[in-house]
Amino acid sequence: MALKLPQNSLLGSQSDSQRTLYPYVTGTSVVALKYKDRILMAADMGGQQLALGSIDLKPFSYVHMRYKSVERMKPIGKHSLLGASGEISDFQEILRYLNELILYDNMWDDGNSLGPKEVHNYLTRVMYNRRNKFNPLWNSLVLGGVKNGNKYLGTVSMIGVNFKDNHVATGFGNHLAQPILRQEWHENLSFEDGVKLLEKCMRVLLYCDRSAVNKLQIAKITEEGVTIHQPYSLKTYWEFSTFENPAQGAIGSW
Amino acid sequence: MFRNQYDTDVTTWSPAGRLFQVEYAMEAVKQGSAAIGLRSKTHVVLGCVNKANSELSSHQKKIFKVDDHIGVAIAGLTADGRVLSRYMRNECINYSFTYESPLPVGRLVVQLADKAQVCTQRSWKRPYGVGLLVAGLDESGAHLYYNCPSGNYFEYQAFAIGSRSQAAKTYLERRFENFTDSSRDDLVKDAITAIRETLQGETLKSSICTIAVVGVGEPFHVLDQGTVQQIIDTFEIAAEQEDPATEPDAATGQEAATEQGTAADQGGSTDEGAAPMDI
Repeated sequence: MALKLPQNSLLGSQSDSQRTLYPYVTGTSVVALKYKDRILMAADMGGQQLALGSIDLKPFSYVHMRYKSVERMKPIGKHSLLGASGEISDFQEILRYLNELILYDNMWDDGNSLGPKEVHNYLTRVMYNRRNKFNPLWNSLVLGGVKNGNKYLGTVSMIGVNFKDNHVATGFGNHLAQPILRQEWHENLSFEDGVKLLEKCMRVLLYCDRSAVNKLQIAKITEEGVTIHQPYSLKTYWEFSTFENPAQGAIGSW
Repeated sequence: MFRNQYDTDVTTWSPAGRLFQVEYAMEAVKQGSAAIGLRSKTHVVLGCVNKANSELSSHQKKIFKVDDHIGVAIAGLTADGRVLSRYMRNECINYSFTYESPLPVGRLVVQLADKAQVCTQRSWKRPYGVGLLVAGLDESGAHLYYNCPSGNYFEYQAFAIGSRSQAAKTYLERRFENFTDSSRDDLVKDAITAIRETLQGETLKSSICTIAVVGVGEPFHVLDQGTVQQIIDTFEIAAEQEDPATEPDAATGQEAATEQGTAADQGGSTDEGAAPMDI
């Protein structure tokens, strides 16, 4: 759908039909953490589509459709896992880039392989480059992996901001999940504790993020490889007394 | 080498299935001054003999640092060597920038070899007239490769190229089985000894040889003259103190008998003149 910009736009007069101006089908937060010598990552399987059409050149911002089986985490090569939030088609484009990268890496067939650090930096270069061309890949990426016993967890935003940390999140995860992780993450989490912690974060996101969907996947990366578990739902509780009669404590006309 | 009617350009095969221009390029490598390389499990040492046009000029640069983990020693047309070093540096720095990781040596060497191969298959190009000893470290350990003008590359435990390299090769062939577990300092000593073999009687001074090292925890760097001279001094002193019949030092016995520009003790030299030589 080509959006026509007004004549005296600062962005130039070339045809803009190929640029990402705003995201269309988006995934919400990804949360990931390091535990022991491995990585755990979680993302829900939701994708939501913006309404078609526009008025006054501004996109509508209410949900038009929801996809409920979008896989937003994918293994990359032998050592890494990539999770993405943001525009799903741009995520697919990134997967195509990475596929080619890994293919050429494998074709060398020389015992060397690109590890999570290299993939993370490659992605940073790609995202930053696209941002400089004013045609960003509208994603926030989480890249985790284990190679030669070293665990690695990093993130790249759509403008190329990148860093590594013990626990990362994208989008709303930064506001809702990271505070929990900052309180409760520690070096020696077991797998079960790590999953419980991630579930705690995802539950908060489910309650508070309107674009979240109650169908999530957990992925585990170890030296041996990547496992993405089957999707499942979190138990939620809505029987809070204030929900039963919201107007109970309210005095006044509204 | 005799003239052939099939050697005018690199894109002409001879009836025997040879590309003479490529072979002539390899001759150019053999005419250059010697360069040697040897590696252990954790270190690689490169050494070369410095040639200078005249006493008034400086020595030609034959060892180039390509990256912190890779260095190269050349023999042959040094101008070609310089250009290829620049290419290698470029490749390393581009890889480092994109992946924040050092370029694996094996891959750089293949890229170099492919670049050399191109020149053996274009009528408007000539093969590079330089042989490169590429020394580097990566995830899979220490490596030493030899890239030749034909576009072939080989991995070595130890190798020598250039003029009078056969003497160094013979020395290295005798000792190479021990190199894997050598310490860094022993490796450097072996390198200097190998260089001395190519000098065939000339005095070994730090001004005519250059040594460079790369290893685990040690980025590629050229050893400075003073350090090299010290090492040369130590084994000449050791040679005088030891029994002259010991195999590697017997060669120093011959050297001690000739003029000693560097060693501290002049007194011991004439005694060694009678030692049997092991060539």
